[in-house]
Amino acid sequence: MTVADYFDTMDYAPAPESDGDADAWLQGHADGFRLFIDGGWRASAGDTYMTSVNPASGKPLARIAHAGSADVDAAVEAAAKAQPGWQRLGGHARARCLYALARLVQRHGRLLAVLESLDNGKPIRESRDVDIPLVARHFYHHAGWAQLLDHDAELGQHGPVGVCGQIVPWNFPLLMLAWKVAPALACGNTVVLKPAEQTSLTALKFAELVEHAGVPAGVLNVVTGDGETGAALVAHPRVEKIAFTGSTAVGRRIRERTAGSGKALTLELGGKSPFIVFDDADLDAAVEGVVDTVWFNQGEVCCAGSRLLVQEGVAADFYARLRRRMAALSVGPPLDKGVDIGAIVDDDQRRRIAQTVSAARDAGCTVWQPDGTVPDDGAFYPPTLCTDVATTSALWQEEVFGPVLAAMTFRTPDEAVQLANNTRYGLAASVWSESVSVALDIAPQLQCGVVWVNATNLLDAAAPFGGYRESGFGREGGREGLFEYLKPRIGPLVDEPWQPTAPTGRAVDRAAPSGIDRTAKHYIGGKQVRPDGGNCRSVTGRDGRVVGDVAEGNRKDIRNAVEAARKAGAWSATPAHGRAQILYYLAENLETRRAEFAERVVALTGCAQPVAAAEVTGAVHRLFTAAAWADKFAGGVDAVPVRALAVTLREPIGVLGVAAPEEAPLLGFASLLAPALAAGNRVVLVPSQVHPLLATDFYQVIETSDVPAGVVNIVTGARDGLAETLARHLDVDGLWYIGPSDGCARMEAAGSGNLKRVWTNHGRAVDWHDPARAEGLGWMRRASQTKTVWVPYGA
Amino acid sequence: MAMMAASRGHADTATGAPAAVVEPVARKADDEGRNPGCALRLDWVADVRVNRAAAERRAATVITRRSVKNEAQAAWLVKAVTCTDLTTLNSDDTPGRVRRLCGKARQPLDPDLQAALGLDDRVIRTGAVCVYHGMVATAVAALDGSGIPVAAVAAGFPHGLSPMRARVAEVEDSAAAGASEIDIVISRQHVLRRDWRGLYDEVAAFRAACGAAHLKVILGTGDLKTLRDVARASLVAMMAGADFVKTSTGKEGVNATLPVALVMARTVRAYAEATGYRVGFKPAGGISAAKDALAYQTLMREELGRDWLEPELFRIGASGLVSDIERQLTHFATGAYAAGHRHAMP
Repeated sequence: MTVADYFDTMDYAPAPESDGDADAWLQGHADGFRLFIDGGWRASAGDTYMTSVNPASGKPLARIAHAGSADVDAAVEAAAKAQPGWQRLGGHARARCLYALARLVQRHGRLLAVLESLDNGKPIRESRDVDIPLVARHFYHHAGWAQLLDHDAELGQHGPVGVCGQIVPWNFPLLMLAWKVAPALACGNTVVLKPAEQTSLTALKFAELVEHAGVPAGVLNVVTGDGETGAALVAHPRVEKIAFTGSTAVGRRIRERTAGSGKALTLELGGKSPFIVFDDADLDAAVEGVVDTVWFNQGEVCCAGSRLLVQEGVAADFYARLRRRMAALSVGPPLDKGVDIGAIVDDDQRRRIAQTVSAARDAGCTVWQPDGTVPDDGAFYPPTLCTDVATTSALWQEEVFGPVLAAMTFRTPDEAVQLANNTRYGLAASVWSESVSVALDIAPQLQCGVVWVNATNLLDAAAPFGGYRESGFGREGGREGLFEYLKPRIGPLVDEPWQPTAPTGRAVDRAAPSGIDRTAKHYIGGKQVRPDGGNCRSVTGRDGRVVGDVAEGNRKDIRNAVEAARKAGAWSATPAHGRAQILYYLAENLETRRAEFAERVVALTGCAQPVAAAEVTGAVHRLFTAAAWADKFAGGVDAVPVRALAVTLREPIGVLGVAAPEEAPLLGFASLLAPALAAGNRVVLVPSQVHPLLATDFYQVIETSDVPAGVVNIVTGARDGLAETLARHLDVDGLWYIGPSDGCARMEAAGSGNLKRVWTNHGRAVDWHDPARAEGLGWMRRASQTKTVWVPYGA
Repeated sequence: MAMMAASRGHADTATGAPAAVVEPVARKADDEGRNPGCALRLDWVADVRVNRAAAERRAATVITRRSVKNEAQAAWLVKAVTCTDLTTLNSDDTPGRVRRLCGKARQPLDPDLQAALGLDDRVIRTGAVCVYHGMVATAVAALDGSGIPVAAVAAGFPHGLSPMRARVAEVEDSAAAGASEIDIVISRQHVLRRDWRGLYDEVAAFRAACGAAHLKVILGTGDLKTLRDVARASLVAMMAGADFVKTSTGKEGVNATLPVALVMARTVRAYAEATGYRVGFKPAGGISAAKDALAYQTLMREELGRDWLEPELFRIGASGLVSDIERQLTHFATGAYAAGHRHAMP
């Protein structure tokens, strides 16, 4: 077109970013990309390759080595060999390496951006303005952490986890690499990275940069490959940590496969995040927010706000504004600087999106797509708005991972929260209202790890990111993210195997009854409750004689207890000061009955009186410490580089199952209960199977301490069976289990159903008596999860 | 003519509730499609919400989402020239200075350059020449036969604090002297004191005084400070019959900015959707670089659409912009960077 033509049409011209440098780099590797292991490049053991395809054209981009299990072995060995030296280098030396990586990423920013767009199909504007700057920012930020780690009062008490296996997805290939590699290396870990099979190029370019950053050989290894390669990494016995970003289905499988392995786990999984628009919102701003959430990166974003909830009175207006905006979105070649929506990552994914939308249409949804042109060749899909969507619709419930928005109305703030939380996922949410009172009331009620107020997709290295519920666990970014790559030098677990506590006798003889007969019942919903099965079990004392009976719990008792705990939600919203008061009250009332509890410990375990006294003293101490922390473990403000208040809140996990240890029958459960309550959880406690009477005695302390009904529920019986019922229960958010290795493995696997936060002793013994191990900050972290709330502001 | 939603939530809904309709003021339409204004709708004004952080994010990215290069860029820059209100508003203005400016307005691009761009068969001239009342007659004479309108700043420019009688008289006088566009300033205190009725009445009075001349309403956005007030003032000005809403006098501490332009453009859109009348937008002050013009054009195209790139609905108030555009166009046409002294100064 001539100047005169454009003068008349005032159209935009194609504005292609040059792919010359990227092409030259790819040509330089025309014989195929190899694996980066131990500081060098090597072919895979089988000399096998995969083909990486440009999704915008369908044409092959590169041949990439397909790593098999032998290659994974070699990479893990290299990482294991390099780890002690990397740790010994010290924080400052690691900081210099990370700083160099940040600079290298910036220097090669243009090439990395073009490669990312070629490989993934995302618009060059996004890879240039979002992905790559965030990658550099992540390395800068973590260079800082490397520098500071050893000198921080809390972080300094920790050391690296060891060899980390990291598996990243195809939607933000280099950014997810940065989120995983930067904190891992900062903390002194070494890494074996497995990029997504569709998008390995930037990881390979990054490995070249690592060669120039002064990072020692073996500290970062890149094994390209598919799901099999990832599975080999997950299964590798020398890998101490798996960090995975990807689908919930694969995350669940990883949880199952690592159960009992002792591997630490961070899972950043899928989402179906709500985007809530109140009628007092800046509606045009909210429309742009939708663009930035579900039409960003073709909607292939785990935290995409793909469920629009709009207040009924403004819904028609809002939909009209959305449709007008959608008509102005350009879909086309990713390397064109004027393109809003690029190519879907591959044709399979595009087909899945099309099928989901077509099924929604068949199910009665109104589907709207703008008339604009979508290129015929390549994996393109237009922006899509679906209204008349039912909560029962798959489109409303399941992650599409495409540019498809499902919309629904709500009437009141309460209903908005209910609809928002009516999902298995819990990654992010976006809340639009010009009333700060409304927005800040809604944010804490949303079950998700990130809330953006009047914004969406704000991301920064200093602000933790991660999910609730089946969106996974663990955080990436900020101080919280570091703990995923650290372990305490002195933690609750000691280097000895956990020993079972045998009953001290055969339950045959019964001590002569003294006083009135007492049979301990369950304690559920603030009441003593008879067991559903109508059975009880005998409890033997130190001399082998039966000293009492407790209720024999079954699945239905657990069900009832979980229901009671679920109903006690007010506890989680109680101000921390109020929770602290009740914990102090528990301590006070336990102290009053000190002699009775000590006597009971002696009678059951046969321990010496001073040992029993120490258990009571320790339990009071635990309650005091937890009460003290309750109103001090409060999150903080994240220093983000935009004009926004980014706040990390500590929230309880929710309904927490606790399978208390057999040993230390009072101190054990007190050590677990205290931080759980302090953080705001509601607890279903299964006490020591051998010595349950201390827990059943304890509910009289609970009853006299103003603990609201349902906050603590106690179900006695066959402990591991009851614990497994808890592990499988989909309305239990977390489970703490102390027991043998096989029990730990079983609970971890059983908890994968709803990806609950399962913490076990990994079959190791626990020191319940040392306050440095059995109480404190680490327990508060374990008992809570963080939510990052972003509030951009401006008068 | 589309009679659509006046404000949030009033659009026809799935329940079939009737759309609210904004009745135009009974004012004789001077020419086809000219905004007659409407009754002051305080509920609509109260409904206006603007989130500054979000507006700033959109303003920052709307221009990175689009790229105009090569032939298209040259065309867009020439278009920007045709939308420029070539302006001189200084205490040392003289008839000689104004005549020189008018000469540049008639021929803003060197004929050789225009030919090199393949536009030799087009009439390329600026959108208007903008002067104080005292220079209107001079400008009208100097532009005679060119078709270039003369715009006069009026109503106590730049502060708007003269007696209302004098301000109205100034509008009438400028129109009588041949100005076909009148750029008035509002009393900022009406906005700052939320006296929407006062603002409405004031602008309506100026509109009446304009007669056939088109009314551009300068909000002085740098004085208003908040984007919500910018939006509310824009809306009231349109209800009172503005043909254009304009950001700045050029004399405030802060002139036109992209976030302000975004908010005003969106208000123009909302007004058009509710009433069917299309009001123009004019950023002014501090726009002196070609790339600034492209940024505002991109914002217009994205938020309002193609029609808001023509001088009927879009103007840029500037004095030095045309010179910078000429240099950029020379570079495009010749491949060599240009020198200011080789182009005719305005």
